Amino acid sequence: MTQAAALAIGVQRAESPGLWTLAWRRFCRDRVGLASFLIVVFFFGLMAASGLHLIAADWSKEVGVNYAPPTFMGPEVADGGQAAPESHGGERAGESNPFDPLAGVLAEIRAAAGAASVAEAQAPTLVFGGDRWGRDVLQKTIKGTETSMFVGLVAALLAAFLATVFGALAGYYGGWIDDFFNWFYNVFTSIPYLLLILAIAAVLNQKGTLTVILILGLTGWTGIFRLVRAEYLKHKVREYIQAADAIGASHARRMFVHILPNVSHVILVQLSLHVVLFIKSEVVLSFLGFGVGVDTVSWGSMLNEAQSELILGYWWQLAAATLAMALLVTGFSLFTDALRDALDPKLK
Amino acid sequence: MTSANSPETLIGIRDLKVDFRLDRTTISQAVKGISFDIPVNSTVALVGESGSGKSVTALAILGLLPRENSTVPPGSQILYGGRNLLVLAPGELQKLRGADISMIFQEPMSSLNPVFSVGFQLTEVLTKHLGMTGRQARVRALELLREVGIPEPETKIDAYPFQLSGGQQQRAMIAIAIACEPKLLIADEPTTALDVTIQKQILELIAALQKRLRMSVLFITHDLALVGEIADYVVVMREGEIKEQGGVEQIFEAPRDAYTRALLLCRPQLERRPRRLPVIDDFLKPGPLAGGSLEERSRGLRGDEEIILEVRHLGKSFYSREGLFGKREFKAVKDVSFKLARGKTLGIVGESGSGKTTVALTLLRLRGESSGEALFDGKDLLSIPPQEMMPYKRRIQIVFQNPYASLNPRFTIGQLLMEPLQVHGIGSNESERRDRVYKLLEEVGLPEVSFFKYPHEFSGGQRQRIAIARCLTMKPDVLICDEAVSALDVSIQAQVLNLLQDLQDEYHMSYIFISHDLAVVKYMADQVMVMNEGEVVEVANSDDIYRSPQHPYTKKLLSSIPQGWHGARAR
Repeated sequence: MTQAAALAIGVQRAESPGLWTLAWRRFCRDRVGLASFLIVVFFFGLMAASGLHLIAADWSKEVGVNYAPPTFMGPEVADGGQAAPESHGGERAGESNPFDPLAGVLAEIRAAAGAASVAEAQAPTLVFGGDRWGRDVLQKTIKGTETSMFVGLVAALLAAFLATVFGALAGYYGGWIDDFFNWFYNVFTSIPYLLLILAIAAVLNQKGTLTVILILGLTGWTGIFRLVRAEYLKHKVREYIQAADAIGASHARRMFVHILPNVSHVILVQLSLHVVLFIKSEVVLSFLGFGVGVDTVSWGSMLNEAQSELILGYWWQLAAATLAMALLVTGFSLFTDALRDALDPKLK
Repeated sequence: MTSANSPETLIGIRDLKVDFRLDRTTISQAVKGISFDIPVNSTVALVGESGSGKSVTALAILGLLPRENSTVPPGSQILYGGRNLLVLAPGELQKLRGADISMIFQEPMSSLNPVFSVGFQLTEVLTKHLGMTGRQARVRALELLREVGIPEPETKIDAYPFQLSGGQQQRAMIAIAIACEPKLLIADEPTTALDVTIQKQILELIAALQKRLRMSVLFITHDLALVGEIADYVVVMREGEIKEQGGVEQIFEAPRDAYTRALLLCRPQLERRPRRLPVIDDFLKPGPLAGGSLEERSRGLRGDEEIILEVRHLGKSFYSREGLFGKREFKAVKDVSFKLARGKTLGIVGESGSGKTTVALTLLRLRGESSGEALFDGKDLLSIPPQEMMPYKRRIQIVFQNPYASLNPRFTIGQLLMEPLQVHGIGSNESERRDRVYKLLEEVGLPEVSFFKYPHEFSGGQRQRIAIARCLTMKPDVLICDEAVSALDVSIQAQVLNLLQDLQDEYHMSYIFISHDLAVVKYMADQVMVMNEGEVVEVANSDDIYRSPQHPYTKKLLSSIPQGWHGARAR
């Protein structure tokens, strides 16, 4: 009998692939998933490099002329295109407003700074164009990627963390604890989402990256909570949890050592779905003026600027932000899909 | 049935092969070139353990193999009326299915559509294949329901599947299958999900219908004993190959193949109780045929044994809410009392819903509050506070039915077995604990490498060994086996039963052995407790209860056990 068992196992591979290894193997078989994974990795690299000031560190430098067109379109486009710079020059005539009491001071400052800024001539074209102040749109986009992704990731982590803790407690214990969290959940979901976001924004009353993260994280946990709770309801009556109870494992141990790894695929997939969702929400928030501060740039603030530029025919900032966002969001969504297929043991 | 005087053949299977593509590179041969005939007006039993390819063969006959990943290599033939079913156009095949060839499945609950009434599903077949009008079909449907023995067919025809019991659902399924008076009825494990008394009724029904409608039945099962009563021919399959085929008398009286002999003898029998059950390897290995030792083991209590666990008036109710404030009480266990002697086995038998599992889970306090008391070492396990329960949890352990569900899939075997030691602080350090676990793995017959593997890498029998090893880490006094071998194949069952017996001999543990399988309980138990609808019907020494049952329910239960070939002949 022993020999038979030994033989049976001997036939199997000597090394033993864990469930994560198997999931990774399934994932690698999915070509679309792998491609999207590379896109996501690329964006993470971009975010890290930008965060470490390796690239796009001087995004706020005014390196080009106002609304410098993209290099591949040539400098003449800007002149031909509705003679925009001229008209803009007119707008900025305010700088030489004779009634400006600070005119003298400004002139002095400009004279002092002038030596430097005049020294490096403002480029007539930039790689992907320039914005109103002549800042490089490409660098701005990279910096915006950093902000937007950071906001999306941290907010999603916060939401997933809250949802996991709440969902685990509610689903595992049931009874009045479950009732309590369900009421809490109902209250949260009964308020229209945008209204809730605006309400929290108004309460926090402060612009900035942290505020955006808090707004999104504190409002976004509800969907994940419901799923985690359902998973816990399902798993707590499974035989392996009864077996754990029978050997004397504590509640906390059963909740977080036994069940959590078994529902982690749900949380992981929800986490990446919410990264995408929150990146989009950040754009909406910034667009509405509740976004990041003026000293930082995000895709949302770029889009916000773009609305006035578009009327004047300067489409490149809009295009850059949209393209970057579309690429990441699509990549991330496909990656999430592939991840779910790979991690969900039922689909095997 | 290849003999010359064979009667007219209905379906001939010639060199059937079925391959399944598992992934891009791996192909598994589920059926490896089998040939057999299904004669007209007879019952052919296809017997084999899981993975033997018996269900795949049935699906191939019906043309229901999954298209995405299965291939039937050319050269395979399934001949029916001069035509090869494997190359028939899908439309042609669809006309045959349900009309000429029909099938009943293992799980009646999941093979009936839950959102349509029984009548609707029955008349659908009639209108589709026989072109009846709605009114005609309903009349015929009533007739059919009466024929399969459903009580009050006039009311049941409009019932939904969930309103019928398991046995009635299977009867409804059979009614649908025979609606068009098929020439061949394929029954794929039709009684496996049913209780033993219902199983008997369904078997009798199928046998009676086969005679009356003069059809052929292909009866697929893992239980060789079952087919002795109903089959004319038996085909024994293993790992995609036919091991032996022949008339039922030859198979049971003079089996030629070692595997057939093994299948017949591995299952515990009511008449004999060997010290050790023979396992498949005993038969397949060359050398002198072991066949298990013929020495019998004596069972039963003398009355002076030390009592380790005494349960008095155990009761357990479940409540469901009714209306706004009301609640309805359902008594799952009513006033159950028994004593468990040290080193002995108490068998609990009963049909589903009899409360036998609830008794076990209540004793372990896995099911919330209950009434009555369970004295263990003078302490009432049901009333001590949870903090004081810990030292007792160590001493009463449970092995669950489904080895696929009772091991956490994300833990390695090492983690699974180390956990109880860590939780209870057994062993002074990690390396000492690891040594203990290695020793236990050896004891349950698993190699040391298992320590680093995950449950999904093991077969059902091996997983059940792991579950047993996990209980043994705590050296319990009482081990509850809740249908611990029911989900296992016959050959694996014998191995696990032998293991349990060896461990009891060595450690002198007491077992509470819960099972619906009366033969297995007879083999394992010293004392047997029969339960019905939450109540204890009868408790007695196992030999006595099987020889002279007192209560009518016990008698009914015992008479429902499949008698096998010899039993059927004796009657």
